Amino acid sequence: MAVLEKVKNIIAEQALLMVDDVADAASLQDLGIDSLGVVEVIFAIEEEFDISVPFNANDPDASNFDVSSVQAISAAVQQLIEQQLG
Amino acid sequence: MSNRVVITGQGAFCELGSTAAEVVTSMMNGDCAIGQMQFPDVERLSIQIGAQIKGYDPNKRFNRSEQVLYDPFTQYALIAAKEAIEQSGLMIDGELATQTGVVLGSAGGGLQTQNHSYKAVYEDGKNRVHPFVVPSIMMNAASSHVSMACGARGPCFTISSACASSNHAMGQAFQMVRSGATKIMLTGGSDSMLCFGGIKAWEGLRVLSPDGCRPFCETRNGMVQGEGAGVFVFENMEHAKARGAIILAEVAGFSMSADAADIVVPSQEGAARAMVGAVADAGLNADQIGYVNAHGTATFANDKIEAAALRTAFGEVVEGMAVSSTKSMHGHIMGGTGAIELLSCIAAVKDGVLAPTINLKSQDPCLNLDVVSNFAREQPVSAAISNAFAFGGLNAVISLKKFS
Repeated sequence: MAVLEKVKNIIAEQALLMVDDVADAASLQDLGIDSLGVVEVIFAIEEEFDISVPFNANDPDASNFDVSSVQAISAAVQQLIEQQLG
Repeated sequence: MSNRVVITGQGAFCELGSTAAEVVTSMMNGDCAIGQMQFPDVERLSIQIGAQIKGYDPNKRFNRSEQVLYDPFTQYALIAAKEAIEQSGLMIDGELATQTGVVLGSAGGGLQTQNHSYKAVYEDGKNRVHPFVVPSIMMNAASSHVSMACGARGPCFTISSACASSNHAMGQAFQMVRSGATKIMLTGGSDSMLCFGGIKAWEGLRVLSPDGCRPFCETRNGMVQGEGAGVFVFENMEHAKARGAIILAEVAGFSMSADAADIVVPSQEGAARAMVGAVADAGLNADQIGYVNAHGTATFANDKIEAAALRTAFGEVVEGMAVSSTKSMHGHIMGGTGAIELLSCIAAVKDGVLAPTINLKSQDPCLNLDVVSNFAREQPVSAAISNAFAFGGLNAVISLKKFS
């Protein structure tokens, strides 16, 4: 399964949506995921891909991990996989 | 300012029943909820019996996002609180919301989550735990979620005093309504400690029975753990009457004391002082107390010292008091035990039915109490007390009166 598809599955489960309803361009807020939910999504991503995500919930914008959209999260995950698992 | 305080709702969840009515019915039938426990690594324990809640499906009660935030001790408290509020018929909103508080007791807080998370990082070698471990394990999680669930925006906190937690919590709630600080309190307690780490810790003290809970019996050989929650609505009597609420009982008095003696061995003097205090605080005479829900853990020390303390407190009058330990049926629910046990005191003053002490083969002759043995007893009672004596030498006794 491609990274984007796995990320969508995680987000869909968190947002209680069907995977098809998770648009690439949607932000987590658009999908109804609150700040606590974002932390859960990060946790699920770390578990799924066995990576460590640099995300600080105090200041998400300053984190070196783009959570602005589903697509951005997927791209950031792809990058971390390459960096951390080589 | 002194206000009378009444109980207008009760809720409970433990292996004896999933509602307060079910728990009381099981108590009066003398049912035993204690059996073989089931959880990972139980075979590595020397003590494998407990009143574990079995056949509970959290999916039927809570959605996925709730389940990841609610340790079982919080789930049980929410289930009991919902029942109590529904029974009370209260709508907690507007100004009343700020006059409604929550004080629950717990000895272990989110111990299941702690157990599971430590296992994940130490034994399974995982490098991360679920992000909500902290808000799940904190002692105030259950109180906070109950406040959110019912919209109570007044005083809210958790009291932790081991086995006396819920009696201390209910005593605090009583005093707050009596003083006029609040109109309504949701109060009681919950605990869920039946997991490998929880029982392994208790094994070390060597006070658990391997084969059953037999309070007051000469064959008693220790306590048995249980789990669950009890929650009550304590309400200003004038408020309850004005809205036509059904009143279950009156909370008449409360007293607490510290032994200042030993961290685990109870003191006769400290226990007696709390019992005398609870009767005096209610403005009652000892001969009006018809029923005592004893702490009755079935350890050798507790039952002997509690019996002696009853005699110290009340002299020969104790011979007119029926005594039982319902722990023989629901186990020792730790921070929730006083709340579950208050159900039997409410049934005593409201319905004149006294819950039995089951598993009683032959009363230890040194105790010399009128124990309600093995079968419930029909006997009108105008007032009752419920004892809780915790490790740490902390005693909390609450007294109830029939409402009239």
